[in-house]
Amino acid sequence: MKLSFRDQFTNSLFALPAALLFAVFSIYPFYKVFQLSLYQWDGISTAMRFVGFANFWDILTRNAAWWISFKNAIYITFLALTVQNALALLLAWAVDREIRAGNIYRVIFFIPPILSGIVVGLIWNWIFEGNYGLLNHALTSMGLGGWTRAWLADPKTALYSVATIHMWKGFGWGFIILLAGLQNIPRELYESARVDGAGEWHVFRKITVPLMVPVFVLVSILTILGTMQIFDLIISTTGGGPGYNTEVPMTRMVALMLGSGRLGYACAMSVIFGILLLLFSLVQMRLGKWLDKD
Amino acid sequence: MKKVLSLSFCLALASVFSILPACKKASQSGAAEDSLVVWHWMSDREDAFNNLAKKYGEQKGMKVRFELYAPSEAYMQKVRAAAQTNTLPEIYGVLGESRDFASFVNAGHVENLTPAMSENNNQWMNRFFQKALVNNQFPEGNSYNVPAGIYGVPLDVTNIQMLYNKDLFKQAGLDPERPPQTWDEFLKIGPALKKAGIPGFVSGWGELWMIDCLASNLAFNLMGEEKVLKTLKGEVPYTDPEWKRLFKLFEEFRDSGLPAAGLVTMVNKTAEQNFSSGRAAMAFNGSWCVNVYAGMNPNLNYGAFLPPAVSDKNPRVIWGGAGSSFVVNARAAQKDKAVAFLKWLSDKDQQVALAKETRNLPSTPDAIGEIPAVLGQFADDMELTTHPSRFPVSEASSVVETFNKGIQSILIGEKTAEQVSNEVQKVKEIEMKSAQK
Amino acid sequence: MDVARLKRVLSKSSRSTLVHGVLILVSISCVFPLVWMFVSALKTQETIFSNMSLIPASPHWENFALAWTKGKFGIFFFNSLFYTFCTVVGVLLISSLAAYASSRLPFPGRKILFMLLLATMMIPVPGAFIALYVLLVKLNLVNTRLGYILPQINGQLALGVFLLKTFFDKLPRELEDAARVDGCNKLQVYYHVALPLAKPAIAVLAIFTTLAVWNEYLLAMLVLSDRNLMPLQRGLMVFQGAHITQYPLLMAGMTISVIPIVVIYIIMQRHIISGITAGALKM
Repeated sequence: MKLSFRDQFTNSLFALPAALLFAVFSIYPFYKVFQLSLYQWDGISTAMRFVGFANFWDILTRNAAWWISFKNAIYITFLALTVQNALALLLAWAVDREIRAGNIYRVIFFIPPILSGIVVGLIWNWIFEGNYGLLNHALTSMGLGGWTRAWLADPKTALYSVATIHMWKGFGWGFIILLAGLQNIPRELYESARVDGAGEWHVFRKITVPLMVPVFVLVSILTILGTMQIFDLIISTTGGGPGYNTEVPMTRMVALMLGSGRLGYACAMSVIFGILLLLFSLVQMRLGKWLDKD
Repeated sequence: MKKVLSLSFCLALASVFSILPACKKASQSGAAEDSLVVWHWMSDREDAFNNLAKKYGEQKGMKVRFELYAPSEAYMQKVRAAAQTNTLPEIYGVLGESRDFASFVNAGHVENLTPAMSENNNQWMNRFFQKALVNNQFPEGNSYNVPAGIYGVPLDVTNIQMLYNKDLFKQAGLDPERPPQTWDEFLKIGPALKKAGIPGFVSGWGELWMIDCLASNLAFNLMGEEKVLKTLKGEVPYTDPEWKRLFKLFEEFRDSGLPAAGLVTMVNKTAEQNFSSGRAAMAFNGSWCVNVYAGMNPNLNYGAFLPPAVSDKNPRVIWGGAGSSFVVNARAAQKDKAVAFLKWLSDKDQQVALAKETRNLPSTPDAIGEIPAVLGQFADDMELTTHPSRFPVSEASSVVETFNKGIQSILIGEKTAEQVSNEVQKVKEIEMKSAQK
Repeated sequence: MDVARLKRVLSKSSRSTLVHGVLILVSISCVFPLVWMFVSALKTQETIFSNMSLIPASPHWENFALAWTKGKFGIFFFNSLFYTFCTVVGVLLISSLAAYASSRLPFPGRKILFMLLLATMMIPVPGAFIALYVLLVKLNLVNTRLGYILPQINGQLALGVFLLKTFFDKLPRELEDAARVDGCNKLQVYYHVALPLAKPAIAVLAIFTTLAVWNEYLLAMLVLSDRNLMPLQRGLMVFQGAHITQYPLLMAGMTISVIPIVVIYIIMQRHIISGITAGALKM
């Protein structure tokens, strides 16, 4: 079907405000980031040294810390994609079924995202604390005293502990989007399926899941983005330590930019990081389309 | 929903119009003829600064406006961004390492204050603790090629020492009036505290620089300043037996049971909470802590001591210098007036007012009046201080990071002293190679 | 896991107790920090960490008033409301138009625009901050309300377009076709049919945007210098010195600052309810 020029013109008017804003406030800064990634520059001095792709080459081949941080972020992301989103879906599904009684839950489940990072940091630091922590206290009183440890400082548990806090703080986002998605499914579909004698699980698998695929894709991509760019939480709990055990890409970038005065190098990192994330997201979307067609 | 939408649309239009006038009166941060603008990040001094600004206005008829940008990360970004557009105010502070400071100076954003400082037989310069000027100064022939001179005006001084809780020491059967003097005495406290069930040592070692601080104190004591500096220059490797001994000290420290659980990822504010509430017997912290502990637990019975001696060959040193400083924008039209204001700010009256309000150590000795006994201990030890920015050479940040993270790994038993010393040396060699290029 | 057997084992009522058990457990973990924050606001700097009990012996209610005046919340509070409102309206309007276009109204370059938008969500800001400031100086928008609002609208745009497009894509086209037959033009179809149907997604976007703007402070510090233009978060900064944090006042301030979000959330979440009403479509 071919569109008339007039149609194309009026259609594009809808996207014009977004395109304009985007062109001014996104394109230029991103062009700048890419440009700076080709320089050796501390962000202050007047002298910039053009180094071509040397920054990229160094990151890709020699910067072990960067790849450790990337691996850590992927680890947390994997946990968030599975555990956090499964929890979000379970809760959204439970609330969706009984939307009347669900109202109070709907408010409660969104408390963690609302809370300031400072409060979250204080609370969880206290829970995971080594000597007087709540978790250790609970374990000891259950007779599991041998399990106690400084959860955030032990290389065996630090990353998991951080991931737990992150998932707790983040499941509310997924919950609310999934709930909106579930609410968009016409009730009639459920009712007619139930009339046909289908069980709960059957309805969920045959009706809910297929209709929700695009929303799953949306939530997955937002989870990937939100988790890969995790930063504040790390700073307020472990600072990336012990050693490199909880370093993530954002902590590396900020350390290089503000700590070591290597802005150009940090920009190269954000370009690489952005490209990798974009690739992930494209794979996710392809996967979603493929599932949707099935 | 429809109603809500159309209502919002009208309101949005209305607000756009209300914004427009604001655009017109938008002013750059540069101030008018008879006023000065100061950028700072020190939230806890906002009131004190505003009071001083008011006083200055009354005395000299000059309007001074202090603008607070916090937290320090946000401030750092703001100052860097403003530097790029030449929109820095008359007076501001440079946060960061001496390398960053040097960049600001070399880019022409910082006025050399040496002429003003040395007027009338160094009248202004002599007012300060000598050590307070150390990290505001670039010596002759520094590695950053900054023309020698004084570039900043210190507001206060600080240094970092060991602290111990006298009550907990007594509880563990230790002498509360005799903190450990040597490394061996220090280590022996570990088992005693453990027996009494008291967590030992806390500090903000999740923030790497505080590890660096103690490690470099110990290194100076162990091998002497000259050898440490030679290492920074690359003439002595980090695999030297004395450096290995230094890393080994942290193995011993770990095995003594002194580190409180979670020490390696602890944020300094958590460490302060723990020490002030009697949940740790010792801490490593800066002189600002007197103020922090006083707020959290006024009855805390504690004392300060120098980091224990690991050798008697060399003197013990601690990190210290100016806590925070202001610089004058070299491009500002009113820089003479800015200098005059900073001169006034370092007068006794103003220093006393600042010290009183913030309970920090003032940068001028004449303002040290009645301060708490512990703070007095800190003040007395100012003479022992050194600061990395005083060194003629500086270490590459990747080496420093490997060094500090390595010590974290030693403390949790992830790596041995031997491994860490090799790793640090490896990074050092890479940095030296790329510096040659 | 054999679901059929599990189903038999668990009767319907016991399954619902299980679900409620999980709901309640998660709820407790969510509510606790909020309660802790509130209770801590009633304590003193000395008792806040030494005494973890949730019932303060002598509650210091004056902390709230103190936080309000010391943080000079009055003007900041108004500013934050203003910024939040403008940004939310801007984001909803601009991104719903763009999302509708990219879902329903083909135009040249639509795929590229969508991909570019998505790409901006991926690249983190560190390096872009200085560039943004340079840009705002050139546009003469530094230290203006507009200079603070526009980048924030832009910042939420990608999320908005992506979220709304996902929901528009799922809407049945029949209703829009019917409206078109009735003589509505494109804008009318969008406004009268598509928008109301996507109500749940719009509510979600409004909530997300509110939260982002309300908690924003880095950009505020960068763009604004006039104290009278600063948002609420600037008030909270006063309690967090480089060395000393005045915890009770900070907690009181944060409790105050969280109230508007909770209110907005409670209002908006009601709209996250079945957008497609019975009989609206034939499938």
